[in-house]
Amino acid sequence: MSLKSFHVVFIVSAFLLSMFLGGWCIYEYFTHSRRVIDLLLGLVSLAGAVGLVVYGRYFLKKLKNIDYF
Amino acid sequence: MEIPFTTLPRRDTGLYNAKLGIWLFLASEVMLFGALFSSYILLRVGAMPGAWPHGILNVPVGTVNTLVLICSSVTVVLGWAALKANDFAKYRKIQLVTIACAGMFVCIKSYEYYDKFTHYEVVMKDGRVIDGHLVAKEGGGGVVDGRRQPPEFIVLHGVEFAAELKAAGMAKVPLIERLEKQSGHHLEHKEFRIPWAETKRVQNYGPWHNTYLAIYFTLTGLHALHVIGGALVIGWIWGPGAAMWKTDPERYTNRVEVSGLFWHFVDLVWIFLFPILYLL
Repeated sequence: MSLKSFHVVFIVSAFLLSMFLGGWCIYEYFTHSRRVIDLLLGLVSLAGAVGLVVYGRYFLKKLKNIDYF
Repeated sequence: MEIPFTTLPRRDTGLYNAKLGIWLFLASEVMLFGALFSSYILLRVGAMPGAWPHGILNVPVGTVNTLVLICSSVTVVLGWAALKANDFAKYRKIQLVTIACAGMFVCIKSYEYYDKFTHYEVVMKDGRVIDGHLVAKEGGGGVVDGRRQPPEFIVLHGVEFAAELKAAGMAKVPLIERLEKQSGHHLEHKEFRIPWAETKRVQNYGPWHNTYLAIYFTLTGLHALHVIGGALVIGWIWGPGAAMWKTDPERYTNRVEVSGLFWHFVDLVWIFLFPILYLL
């Protein structure tokens, strides 16, 4: 597996983490914390997840000539 | 004598030497971290209901550190891509950001450790518990008969509550919020000047404080050592090792790829560590 493939695995993992963190923070905010920082962090994480998708597409396009193995 | 397969892949494995080597090494690393993750899970499921601490760690700070590592993975792969495109100057610039990110990660982690080592829980002889950050230690502190003497006073900025409230426990809620719910009023943060003679136990939030912090420091400490090691290797390849680019550019590019694979592994470990230690 080349660095390119491993990077794709990493970005997918980071995307899943961003989604989870976003959900966790928003859940915390609405269930008991009521702290603005939690809501903000949740929204930023979800935006980050979208950003990672955009970056992933850019990355695959940019490195299309490099082998996966 | 020339070493074979430093740039071209072996026919039997389909990989050049260093790539095969790093994947074997990473397999051993998976076993190392896997064992520690398993220990964490077993300790956690074996804990008394409601006894596992929550809210000890600072989630926004951990998130910033996660972001720093994600950025470093992006730069390490873009640096390698720049070398693949024969753009050495671009690689040098991009990889410098990777090294800076590694430094930033270690600094933020050190801040988190410092925060834990200066966070104290003081159990008083009358049963009260004072939980807060160390402001100062006053008086005493000398060495008598080869033993370091305690201070006369310890000054903490934090909250005070009855010991039974903490022992009661409520899962998934940070300690202070939990105590506020149980006591029914807002716990005021203030400064306490505590005479050492009135204390029963004084302990900071180091690895000895509880099982959770022991596994937290073990996992994150080992991970931080990997970050430092990875940054040193990347830094060496970027600096003194860069002379190889002039003599054998393909082999140099492979070295960057291999260091990048290690870096990605270290970052991937953090992607799992962060939610387990900070969120769940």
